[in-house]
Amino acid sequence: MAAKPHGRWIAALLLGAGLLILVAPFYFTFVFATHERAQIFSAPPPLWFGAQFLGNLQLLTERLPFWRNVGMSIYVGLMTTALNLLLCSLAGFAFAVYEFRFKRGLFACVVGSMMLPSFLNMIPGYLVVDALGWIDQPRALYIPAAAGALGIFMMRQYIASAIPFELLDAARMDGCSELRIFRSVVLPLLGPALGTLGLITFIASWNNFVGPLVVLRSVEQYTLPLALRSMQSPNNTEWGALMAGSAIAMLPLLLAFVFFAKRLVAGLTAGAVRG
Amino acid sequence: MKTLLRQLGGRAAAPYLFVAPFFLLFAAFGLFPLLFSIVLSLHQWDASAGLGAMQWVGLQNYWYALTDPWFRSSLGHTFWYGLAAGLPQHLLALPLAYYIHRRLKRSRNFVVGSYFLPYITSSVAIALIFSTLLSKDFGFINLILPGAPRDWLGDADYAMPAIAFVVFWRYLGWNLVLYLSALQVIDESLYEAATLDGAGPWQQFRHITLPLLRPMIYFAVTMTIIGSLQLFDEPFILVDSESGVAPAVMTTAMFMYRMAFSYGDFGTASAISWLLFLVIAALSWGNHRLFGQAGGEHGR
Repeated sequence: MAAKPHGRWIAALLLGAGLLILVAPFYFTFVFATHERAQIFSAPPPLWFGAQFLGNLQLLTERLPFWRNVGMSIYVGLMTTALNLLLCSLAGFAFAVYEFRFKRGLFACVVGSMMLPSFLNMIPGYLVVDALGWIDQPRALYIPAAAGALGIFMMRQYIASAIPFELLDAARMDGCSELRIFRSVVLPLLGPALGTLGLITFIASWNNFVGPLVVLRSVEQYTLPLALRSMQSPNNTEWGALMAGSAIAMLPLLLAFVFFAKRLVAGLTAGAVRG
Repeated sequence: MKTLLRQLGGRAAAPYLFVAPFFLLFAAFGLFPLLFSIVLSLHQWDASAGLGAMQWVGLQNYWYALTDPWFRSSLGHTFWYGLAAGLPQHLLALPLAYYIHRRLKRSRNFVVGSYFLPYITSSVAIALIFSTLLSKDFGFINLILPGAPRDWLGDADYAMPAIAFVVFWRYLGWNLVLYLSALQVIDESLYEAATLDGAGPWQQFRHITLPLLRPMIYFAVTMTIIGSLQLFDEPFILVDSESGVAPAVMTTAMFMYRMAFSYGDFGTASAISWLLFLVIAALSWGNHRLFGQAGGEHGR
């Protein structure tokens, strides 16, 4: 196992350089968020934090209904997450513990739907939402995304491995209905899987750009990514304010990552390891 | 008796009830739109005039797209991004994952986490920070690179490599995590046995790691193919659609978006989406022939 010492140094150096390149844009987002535009575009650009963060926030709230946009992102994210937690665990439960007709075919549909590239749905999905009269409404985002196939897949795997089936039979003996079994016996045991699914669902919703771009129209309804992009203009972009907004868009994910890094990575690769 | 019946009924019906929401949603927002878009791609349609205004045109939309020089150049750009951003992702992620797996112990979570961070960050936030870093005057990247300042996002020759770099930067960590998760399930005793047989690190990598990673390489490359052929966010935000270089960096997904939402030609846009789908399917199939089958045999 002992590599030659200089080989090890070179490898460590390369790894460190890679880390620097990966982390630098995040660092600059937060640094630039605390400077005015004129300072960001001066030579050399600022490398350390300034005092302009509140000023940038002020600018942001003048140009955009910024806090409303943040609230929109949170609202859509929470609705999507809550619906997915409920519907995916229900469907995952059904696929994991019941024997029923067409089960294999139906499950194949779930898995198959994961393979469909999302751009295929962009135009007809928009038309459906339009036909329903949901344009410019948050429900156009959270209802179509309310039961993700990946979530069902994840929950099925987890329930199959973590729930002792004797427990379900015992509950049936006691006269519990199936829904009651799900609610009182299964759901309380799903904590870790729900946590992972909740995290990745919320993050996907929080970062979603194409979805809102297609269905939202007015700036009051914009989610954060769309609002930030709408502030970008060819000539007169307030970059400091925009960086402050970007920093706020990054912050929850950075925090989530610091606390739940392992769980997130495991959840996101769940499909891969099984496949 | 009554309760027994109800319970039996309950148990038989329950699984269907539990999976019903997914299938209802999928039917309404997945399957139906998909089928409708096939129909749409065979019609000419002014969306504002209602469904009655649909006019059957056969394969004309497909023909129109295929003979459109913009469509073809957009496809060329899409391939170019796929190669320029995708290939280095795998060439780097694989050895990196191997190195991290074999050598890093304490700093591992920190390192993997940092590499993974871009993947879970908002594409808009990323595109915005890179817009500043890549700006021509006083951008940080021009500052540290030698030579005359380049107009990264305003010059077609530089915009494509710049966009490819951002995409590469964003998805490297995702592939790293995939390869790492595959490495972790390789039996350590294989390496121990190989060491006893006198196999050096390179031989071990070549003859143990690489063959066992083949299914994961297949999976990861498939994901990269599917992902990079629908590339949209990064070029769309990095290069303003009004700017002169926009056509020179446009991907097929962007072209489709433009066709529908700027020109209102939903029929042609749908035809483009299906053409792109065929390209993805063909490439995935090629990849399956290359990596999938051999990997499968290995696994049996």
